Amino acid sequence: MSDVPKPEELARIDHRPPELKGWMDMPVEIKQGIACYGGKPQNLEYVGLPNPREWSPFDEDWKLPENWKEIFLEGLRERLERFRSLKVFMDICVRCGACADKCHFFIGGGDPKNMPVLRAELLRSIYRREYTTAGKILGRLAGAREITVDVLKELWYYFFQCTECRRCSLFCPYGIDTAEITILGRELLNLLGLNIDWISAPVANCYRTGNHLGIQPHAYKDMIEFFVDDIEEITGVRVEPSFNRKGAEILFITPSGDVFADPGTYTCMGYLMLFHYLQDLGLDITWSTFASEGGNFGYFTSHEMAKRLNAKMYAEAKRLGVKWILGGECGHMWRVINQYMDTFNGPADFLEEPVSPITGTKFENAKSTKMVHIVEFTADLIKHNKLKLDPSRNDNIVVTFHDSCNPARGMGFLEEPRYVIKSVCNHFYEMPENTIREQTFCCGSGAGLNAGEDMELRMRGGLPRANAVKHVHEKHGVNMLACICAIDRAVFPPLMDYWVPGVNVTGVHELVGNALILDGEQERTTNLRGEPLPGMEEEEDV
Amino acid sequence: MSLLFSVVAVVILVLIPWVGVGALDLRLLFGVIVPYAAILTFFVGIIMRVVGWARSPVPFRIPTTAGQQWSFPWIKSNPVDNPRNTRGVVLRMAFEILLFRSLFRNTRLEFRQGPKITYEWEKWLWLAALVFHYSFLVIFLRHLRFFLDPIPGFVHLLESLDGFLQMGVVPLSGLGVPGVYLTDMLLLLAVTYLFLRRIYIPQMRFISLSADYFPLFLILALGLTGILMRYFLRVDLTAVKELAMGLVTFRPKTPEGIGVIFYIHFFMLCVLIAYFPFSKLVHMAGIFLSPTRNLSNNSRFVRHVNPWNYPVEVHTYEEYEEEFRDKMIEAGLPVEKMPETPEEEADSAEEAGPKEEAAKE
Ligand code: SF4
Ligand code: SF4
Repeated sequence: MSDVPKPEELARIDHRPPELKGWMDMPVEIKQGIACYGGKPQNLEYVGLPNPREWSPFDEDWKLPENWKEIFLEGLRERLERFRSLKVFMDICVRCGACADKCHFFIGGGDPKNMPVLRAELLRSIYRREYTTAGKILGRLAGAREITVDVLKELWYYFFQCTECRRCSLFCPYGIDTAEITILGRELLNLLGLNIDWISAPVANCYRTGNHLGIQPHAYKDMIEFFVDDIEEITGVRVEPSFNRKGAEILFITPSGDVFADPGTYTCMGYLMLFHYLQDLGLDITWSTFASEGGNFGYFTSHEMAKRLNAKMYAEAKRLGVKWILGGECGHMWRVINQYMDTFNGPADFLEEPVSPITGTKFENAKSTKMVHIVEFTADLIKHNKLKLDPSRNDNIVVTFHDSCNPARGMGFLEEPRYVIKSVCNHFYEMPENTIREQTFCCGSGAGLNAGEDMELRMRGGLPRANAVKHVHEKHGVNMLACICAIDRAVFPPLMDYWVPGVNVTGVHELVGNALILDGEQERTTNLRGEPLPGMEEEEDV
Repeated sequence: MSLLFSVVAVVILVLIPWVGVGALDLRLLFGVIVPYAAILTFFVGIIMRVVGWARSPVPFRIPTTAGQQWSFPWIKSNPVDNPRNTRGVVLRMAFEILLFRSLFRNTRLEFRQGPKITYEWEKWLWLAALVFHYSFLVIFLRHLRFFLDPIPGFVHLLESLDGFLQMGVVPLSGLGVPGVYLTDMLLLLAVTYLFLRRIYIPQMRFISLSADYFPLFLILALGLTGILMRYFLRVDLTAVKELAMGLVTFRPKTPEGIGVIFYIHFFMLCVLIAYFPFSKLVHMAGIFLSPTRNLSNNSRFVRHVNPWNYPVEVHTYEEYEEEFRDKMIEAGLPVEKMPETPEEEADSAEEAGPKEEAAKE
């Protein structure tokens, strides 16, 4: 983070585009701190993606295939035929500008090409030139332009400055979803081997080891057993998770970030404790080292890659012979499960319609995918009074909740997490209305942009979210930002340190784990992070 | 540049019938041939567009969910902004099309250094858009009096309402012109607002194309000529009706005595109609086909099928186990297949649970 300008400097943002120049006259300038590195050849090769080679977006020569233009245009034609969304969105934008100031990258950066409408126009201009009469005849006057290497670079630069958060689509009178355009735009770029390392490496890892981080089976088990020890130390209770166990009733799949890095790990401990608690009540659940990733960076590459990586969820459920799948806290994972999984890899007719073994609740809304969100699952438990909770153990924190883009705008998962948080915490405050629920602001690092080299972009994109957190931080003393997404948990800590120092980040099940009273537990003196519980600070010191 | 081009284009378009009818008296061309051609272009164009869109399938269910999903009975879901069935979708689309629901959400970014970011109330765009579209609709319906005989009751009603409001509600009705239509004024106002907004807001100017200015000017010209004709340069309305009826009954006539101004007005309309299918104006039809709005969020409980779904290459569990088997065994993880161990003694141990054996090490 050392080369990111200071917050005061970064915050000097000018939202006025140039007065006289049109956007087609502004050649793209690939900036350090904004752009990510290109994908490594071995990762592309491993999953068979086109044009593997060493390349850098900061070089002049991007080593494109000879017939790149043909490939691109043919790819575009194919996608226009396959996706009505693309075709309609290419035609009906009226450039009303309603979406323009809704994108966190534009708000936090001021680059006019980050206005969603312009991001889409970058591709639309090519579409017009190739597929509309007016564009063919009138050219620039009709907003059409030819695709050149520079235009291609521009597409790459701006499609990898969109987190596919869909905030713009909420405000568009025609529902034009720039995220959808970005998704397909990235597909096109990937045909030419134009990608970013932070996406292609996790994709290759996930294909091979089952998870983005490349954690091999034995290591996965080790890491979780490490949490088991920690839990024992804090609570005096030894939980006993099982792995790859055939015949279990439920398969649990969570993003691998939860087993890998703080503060996601505490959320993972929360899951483990919950499962242990429920064991006596009849929960029969297994983890899998193969389906060890809920997230899907394939989705940031192409629909096909998303499908290829997603396939292991059902495949593993089938192999283990479980009845249904429980999914951990993750953002884009849930968009894929909600809107794509069944279509990609269903029907999951070898599974049963999910029923909570503890409350008997039928998850009617998951009848077809057979996959339940753990926050739904827990909300149902709490509603039925199945959990013994002591919310006062979370009294040293004042919480606000960040709606992750995907569960919010790609699912409508808004109340369940709030219900759980309010049940396990006594101090909860909402951020301003225009920044939560369906209007929520992205963390600024989603859709594969959570790399290290684009830190400036991330701090900029996260500014609107951070600004809202700052508001409740100052007004209500909020010191904890809760979320249900593994990427959020990874990227918010640096974002908060940068814009709103003094605010920590947590998953919802970490809060649950803290409040949950396990049978036979010792008196807890610390929370899952090893920090003293409220009222225990003194004793710690002694 | 794009602005200038649009102005010039519209001026030329105004001149065409002016010269054509005024000087050359090509009434047949501008009164009959052009209108028929325009209408034909409109229908063929729109149908081609819609068919073109419809030919591409909707492989995935991607509604933008703008409210709580349907889950437990004790959590209040939002059936309109996050529809779970067709009924919800119909409601959502109705709100969208009749009331511009999404545009109503609009806010304006206020950025102060510090940084301090707020999102301000901004309903002007929504209001202007609504006024614009509804005025247009009313004016369109009012014009049916020229094309229908007898004139249907609702047209009369609309006319009197439209005229009455102006007389009764706005004190300015004192301008004295009887039967000034409220919608005429509103339409011009809204178009002017939409235009000024485009040139005054820097971002708007930046994203605007000729294709954005052109229809505004065209509609402005259409409206102005209409108003001129109605209040200042009166034309023979009986003759106009004769011409219009001739067109709709396919017995075209070009009566004498209609002023040039009418032909200009009429030509603007023809251009607009013909331009429609090839421009952003197709949003009128496109919105019905927008997959983020017209689908219900039900893909977790009702399977959605992708017509072009194809099998893909995956990394199977078997391949995975093949690569990591030894490590898995060593870690005590269950495996499907025990390795063919070269050691003789391993053979006998195989059935007796070699996994546990391995795990103990
Ligand atoms: S809100 Fe929709 S129609 Fe308006 S400029 Fe943005 S994408 Fe285009
Ligand atoms: S999807 Fe999000 S990041 Fe992408 S253009 Fe829209 S608002 Fe910006």
